[in-house]
Amino acid sequence: MTIDRSMLAIGKELPGITLHVTRKDLIRYAGASGDFNVIHWNERVAKEVGLPNVIAHGMLTMGQALNVVTRWLGSSVSILEYSVRFSNPVVVPDDATGATVEFAGIISEISENGKIKIDLTATSDGKKVLTRAFAIVQIP
Amino acid sequence: MAVKTTSIGLSFDSAETYLVGREKIREFATAVGEQSALCHSLASARAHGYDDLVAPLTFPIVITLKLMNHVTSSEQVGIDWSRVVHGEQRFVYKRPVIAGDELRVTTVIEDVKALGAHHSIVLRGDLYDAANLLVCSVWTNLVERGE
Repeated sequence: MTIDRSMLAIGKELPGITLHVTRKDLIRYAGASGDFNVIHWNERVAKEVGLPNVIAHGMLTMGQALNVVTRWLGSSVSILEYSVRFSNPVVVPDDATGATVEFAGIISEISENGKIKIDLTATSDGKKVLTRAFAIVQIP
Repeated sequence: MAVKTTSIGLSFDSAETYLVGREKIREFATAVGEQSALCHSLASARAHGYDDLVAPLTFPIVITLKLMNHVTSSEQVGIDWSRVVHGEQRFVYKRPVIAGDELRVTTVIEDVKALGAHHSIVLRGDLYDAANLLVCSVWTNLVERGE
């Protein structure tokens, strides 16, 4: 999809994404990223360090959240900046459904030089798992 | 042991460059659910003017994570990894990362400060290409929980 400036408005909502994140997804991300921190795949260790269960890599959630923007734009090549704060973990149970995470995005700023700011949200189990999450995009 | 404020300003260079692989891009894109054809189809990437597949935006964490683990586990820094959580993350791009890029990383500890019983550590990793041009800067904020 090609985005042009006439399609932009502050408050415009991008199509949201709902994902079911399973243990298999965490293992796949661990392999792809090289982040083998035990709390992302071992329930015993996760509970020993005080977590309710195995939790998703924050970087997996950050990567998934950006799909709201990249599916709307078609790719990430016009994204200049992407920033998040990790506010709560995504707790992933050992079942077929996994954790349900809902992602949404909304245009919050439009500048005259064609840059837009998209605010992102990610919610799991009623909690915001990302805060201060935004992408800056250069629109042609 | 807690992270040392004397570590502010310490910088580290990667001993070797990181060669961005086409299949690593596909693997990482699949893992984060990035469906863009530029990350999966060589024909599509080339049709858009890129020499090879385009890496997902958060891909540079694969490169910076290695160096960061090395940096933060050094005695000069003194982080206790068992008490570290990922606080914030930020990427700022000059151009996309493309398969075939050979990237060099410089990491600097930008800030260390106490937040009550906890410590906040800000690391910046700069990725440079073979022409020594900045491709992307990666900020990682770690929080070391107090004992």
